[in-house]
Amino acid sequence: MSVALEEQRSEQALAPAYDLAAVRAQFPILAETVHDRPLVYLDNAATTQKPERVIAAVSDVYRHSYANVARGVHRLAERATDAFERSRAAVQRFLGAASPEEIVFVRGTTEAINLVAASWGSANVRAGDEVLITGLEHHANLIPWQRLCAEKGAHLRVAPVDERGEVSLEAFAAALSPRTRLAAFAHVSNVFGTVLPVREMVELAHRAGALALVDGPQAAPHLAVDVQALGCDFYAFSGHKVYGPSGIGALFSRAEILREMPPFLTGGGMVRTVGFETSDFADPPTRFEAGTQNLEGAVGLAAALEFLDGIGRENAASWERALLARAVERLAEIPGVRLLGAPRERASLVSFVIEGVHPHDAGTVLDSEGIAVRVGHLCAQPLMASLGVAAVVRASFALYNTLEEVEALPAGLSRVREVFGR
Amino acid sequence: MSAAGELSDLYQDLILDHTRKPRNFRELPAANRRAEGYNPLCGDRVSMMLDVAGDTVREVAFQGAGCAISTASASLLTEAVAGKSLEEVRRLVAAFVARVTGGEAPAGSEEVDLGKLEALAGVREYPMRVKCATLPWRALEAALADGEPVVRTE
Repeated sequence: MSVALEEQRSEQALAPAYDLAAVRAQFPILAETVHDRPLVYLDNAATTQKPERVIAAVSDVYRHSYANVARGVHRLAERATDAFERSRAAVQRFLGAASPEEIVFVRGTTEAINLVAASWGSANVRAGDEVLITGLEHHANLIPWQRLCAEKGAHLRVAPVDERGEVSLEAFAAALSPRTRLAAFAHVSNVFGTVLPVREMVELAHRAGALALVDGPQAAPHLAVDVQALGCDFYAFSGHKVYGPSGIGALFSRAEILREMPPFLTGGGMVRTVGFETSDFADPPTRFEAGTQNLEGAVGLAAALEFLDGIGRENAASWERALLARAVERLAEIPGVRLLGAPRERASLVSFVIEGVHPHDAGTVLDSEGIAVRVGHLCAQPLMASLGVAAVVRASFALYNTLEEVEALPAGLSRVREVFGR
Repeated sequence: MSAAGELSDLYQDLILDHTRKPRNFRELPAANRRAEGYNPLCGDRVSMMLDVAGDTVREVAFQGAGCAISTASASLLTEAVAGKSLEEVRRLVAAFVARVTGGEAPAGSEEVDLGKLEALAGVREYPMRVKCATLPWRALEAALADGEPVVRTE
């Protein structure tokens, strides 16, 4: 069957390939009421809710296997270390990395990118070099490079975004130069939902002699990620956006790159031998995991990835496409609502502005109807400035959302119009 | 309390009127005190301009872009503050901030009559929106303190 046909069919799907009611029942928070109304949670790009098995996995660590990872020889320390390393292997499989040693646990994507900037960046970026990002980056994939470039006397280049909310390969290629040391870009835009052509971008970066970092938190819940097929040198994502706990995430990098990178944070656990004069640092990934590790976070993340595997990422993605298509169709019908961007490939979120109504007011009215959306600048202030808006409303979908919940959004926006008139 | 009831406590007619037709929304060439309020959370910006003569605020105007609450709050502020002495303005700011944050009015401002500003009291029930209501008032304070040109609420 052709991909196009399959896509067409999935966009028209009225039900997912899994039992939606049963999946929703696994998320206790979805039964909450807000202002005496059922919660309609459409803020999944900010963070996702947690299924029972993640909640249970975190709690089980505390009940049965909690100790400091990789310290001590007692039985609990053994269980904790084993659980931590099994979680690393789960992340490795999730990203398609070649070995678990290529997975570094971090607090989240922000820390992952800061790690690369501080470690790889400080060792490899020199005065006059360039770092290339795109115009749609989240602050987390902008400010670390700003700071690195300022410290090194390097230049931060920005590949432009077009009016569709896309970054064309031509524009990206034109922004690369022989001085580009690293290209860092989103896999999926947190403002437009654009799926960037990352495989091609990685290839272009490599051809220019640069490494490529893919900022993946908006992609990981919705797309199959295979870092070896992408060919990227770094990939980062956050656990809390894939139904896992907050405070845990992962950085992938190829073994030969990690081996050459100096430590990021220093302290306990990341060393081999320590004297008062010098220390000998451990091999990756331990070299980058200083201090007591977030065991319960890692185990919760592994449980979340298992949950996602059980649903099937393709099944989830196909249902999310149906939800998104319905949302875009409905929003486009509403007079005075302007959708931001029109990317041809889009994942699970849509941002818009309402003529004459500030996003924060819309957010408050929607909340009074039980509907949770994101309002604000979405941590993308330079992009907002270039779009000529200070803030937007963003609705984003997860595998547990229903078509009824999507329909609640236009209904809520009618209420917004009622309150603020024309 | 129904959700609709709560919402209409927040978006009262007086507030919506000031949002749609903000008063004293203009440049004030005679201004001798200015400050900008900025809320990085929502991108709201409000620039307060005051013409102060001796001990009296003669005129107040504002410019900027913000949500219904911050715009109405700024608009109502300009009407409430014009013609008052600096001491009266200070007491009014304290009383207003206490009212919308749900705090105790500090000594000396308990007796202040908020008048139309009372319409903004509904924001107390919306902790995420209180900063919208206080933004222009923080800018006003800064303008009078004459030290910080940009104040932030987050």
